[in-house]
Amino acid sequence: MTRITIDPITRIEGHLRIDCEVDGGKVTNAWSSGQMWRGIETILQGRDARDAWIYTQRICGVCTTVHAIVSVRAVENALELEVPLNAQYIRNMIIAAHGVHDHIVHFYQLAALDWVDIVSALGADPVATAKLASSLSDYTRNDVFEFQAVQQKLATFVESGQLGVFASGYWGHPAMKLPPEVNLLAATHYMQALEFQRTANRIVSILGSKTPHIQNLAVGGVSNAINLESQSTLTLERLFAIKADIDKLIEFVNQAMLSDVAAVGALYADWTGYGAGVMNYLSVPDMPLDTKGVICELPGGYIPGGDLTAFRPINGQLDDYFRDGVKEAVKHSWYAYHGGEGARHPWDGQTNPQYTDFEDDGKYSWIKAPTFYDERAQVGPLANVLAMYLAGHEPTKRQLEKVLGIAGSVHGSPIPLAALHSTIGRIAARAVRCAVLLETLQNQWQLLMDNLARGDFDTYNRPSFPKGEIRGYGVHEAPRGVLSHWAVIENGKIRNYQAVVPSTWNAGPRADDDALGPYEASLIGNPVADPELPLEVLRTVHSFDPCIACAIHMVDPEARPIVQVKAL
Amino acid sequence: MNVLILGLGNLLLSDEGVGVHAVTALGERFRMPDGVEILDGGTSGMDLLDSIAKRDHLIVCDAIRSDARPGSVQRIDGDSIAAFFATRISPHQLGLSEVLANLELLGERPGRVTIIGVVPEDLRLGTELSAAGREGMEKSIEFILDDLAAMGVQLASAPLAATGTG
Repeated sequence: MTRITIDPITRIEGHLRIDCEVDGGKVTNAWSSGQMWRGIETILQGRDARDAWIYTQRICGVCTTVHAIVSVRAVENALELEVPLNAQYIRNMIIAAHGVHDHIVHFYQLAALDWVDIVSALGADPVATAKLASSLSDYTRNDVFEFQAVQQKLATFVESGQLGVFASGYWGHPAMKLPPEVNLLAATHYMQALEFQRTANRIVSILGSKTPHIQNLAVGGVSNAINLESQSTLTLERLFAIKADIDKLIEFVNQAMLSDVAAVGALYADWTGYGAGVMNYLSVPDMPLDTKGVICELPGGYIPGGDLTAFRPINGQLDDYFRDGVKEAVKHSWYAYHGGEGARHPWDGQTNPQYTDFEDDGKYSWIKAPTFYDERAQVGPLANVLAMYLAGHEPTKRQLEKVLGIAGSVHGSPIPLAALHSTIGRIAARAVRCAVLLETLQNQWQLLMDNLARGDFDTYNRPSFPKGEIRGYGVHEAPRGVLSHWAVIENGKIRNYQAVVPSTWNAGPRADDDALGPYEASLIGNPVADPELPLEVLRTVHSFDPCIACAIHMVDPEARPIVQVKAL
Repeated sequence: MNVLILGLGNLLLSDEGVGVHAVTALGERFRMPDGVEILDGGTSGMDLLDSIAKRDHLIVCDAIRSDARPGSVQRIDGDSIAAFFATRISPHQLGLSEVLANLELLGERPGRVTIIGVVPEDLRLGTELSAAGREGMEKSIEFILDDLAAMGVQLASAPLAATGTG
């Protein structure tokens, strides 16, 4: 038996340590440990509830927008404050554009390098690559000259010995299996993705007034003044610039990204047999279409044990079924609960650090372990896509069937829906969700335009805070899954605040019943060809798109060399 | 001339946010001429790609890990930049080094990159700078002003109303 420690996992946000025991070339036990402490809750206590979002969007550099949105939702929920339709549409467009940006960056810039061998792309035939590409889609930028240009650029990079951004890849690893032409195709789209993620981000910055930290939110709506003629506000010109950007993104995602993901997935079909892990899937509805958040464009719900027939929808963002099911356990986390060690509901949550060493059977992580009705749950695009599919959401069904169709034709036999319960399935579902979000973005843009045409320019309802204690929560189906903020407010000031974030659900350690968390469970049975180069472990961990900065947050105070892999 | 002065860091972790505090104070005290832009980048990574692309000069102000005295400031540029990124393990892993590497691939990396690094004293939760952090912030502003002066940029004070204490 060999024990592998990967610390830190790279190509993610934040500091995550993964330990695995490997026996006979397979992972037999695993630990996921967040190595930074988060204490945003402590900072918010005593602050004006209207300002909470300004602080929460500083929790993480990747998820600024999502923590801002969900925070205003939590305070609005406590106040039972409705949000004008224009504000909902503008927020929804920001959420959708941010999600598209995030999903594009994840597939090409973060996950692809686990599957695509950049050095092998140098040996590809650009003509054969173009022929292959045209069998997958009609994308106009899949031409021989584009492939030649990218190949030349990569050659210069590799010859210079400065691999730069590609330096962290496992080139030539025996688990790399794509033909050179597929590697070149993906490398070419890697470069284009850098351009399109900027396009998506531009939409966020036009609507949010600024990136990386949007400025236009307020408890009660948004601060965007809408005057279709005045240059200092949201104008028709800006709205049409957004529309043009949406169209460009749709072409890239539908024609390049979906087919890349399907082809890579099909060529690694064995990876549909690894990585399922915790198969209780949880997601929440999002993109509210009314002023209360009861009716949402995108569905969510709970699927226990991977049993698609047992799907239970969550109805709107105020469904008690979600609110009453969430708890967080700390038996294996570096926290102590005062007054009872059992899992706690976030409104009664506490953040009292209690550090021990890394104890395999005791405490070993700064991340808490959330549960849904006392069960662990996997969150993220896979959970969301399965729920939307089961809820009969037409765009999800169409885009998912398209990806499975392309994958099936590359593979030479049909790929069943059950293949999604896997490492590859999480990556495929993220691409499907990206395409779905673009359709939502288009729809929300049209809803905003139609509402403005009706002469409704309202964007804000002023909040007023009652004396005494109120409680609220906000939910958001963020790029990495279910995000919820829970606020207890007293006389307008924050008394308690807990953020239960997607990477807490997925990266959390063992819970009160000692059962493995989603990252940990997904690693069991993973092959590991070479414990010194555990590429396969990274594939499964990266498929969740870890973002640990908000799950926990603190610089490691120990100055130490970068130790990435240690096999004992 | 096309210069970006970028403050990086986490405002919730005391001196970790010193880079953001410094560029914010700089913007409050001085009016930037055309061609010089200030940005609070927080702890962002890829979100910053578009803002950094194609600049003639990128000046980054950030907290750095160093054995030097807290509050001291170091200027890192030229060949030292690559070595700095090779040894640094940042709390924001997908950070500036990835953004610059991707820009290099696109042929849009800034012509020159300077890091003004402040050695933090206190990285605990909190929104205020420590005494050493404040000292480092003031020094880093002088370093940035020196860099701008070397480019021939003299800054005019901002109107009184906009002057802050940082």
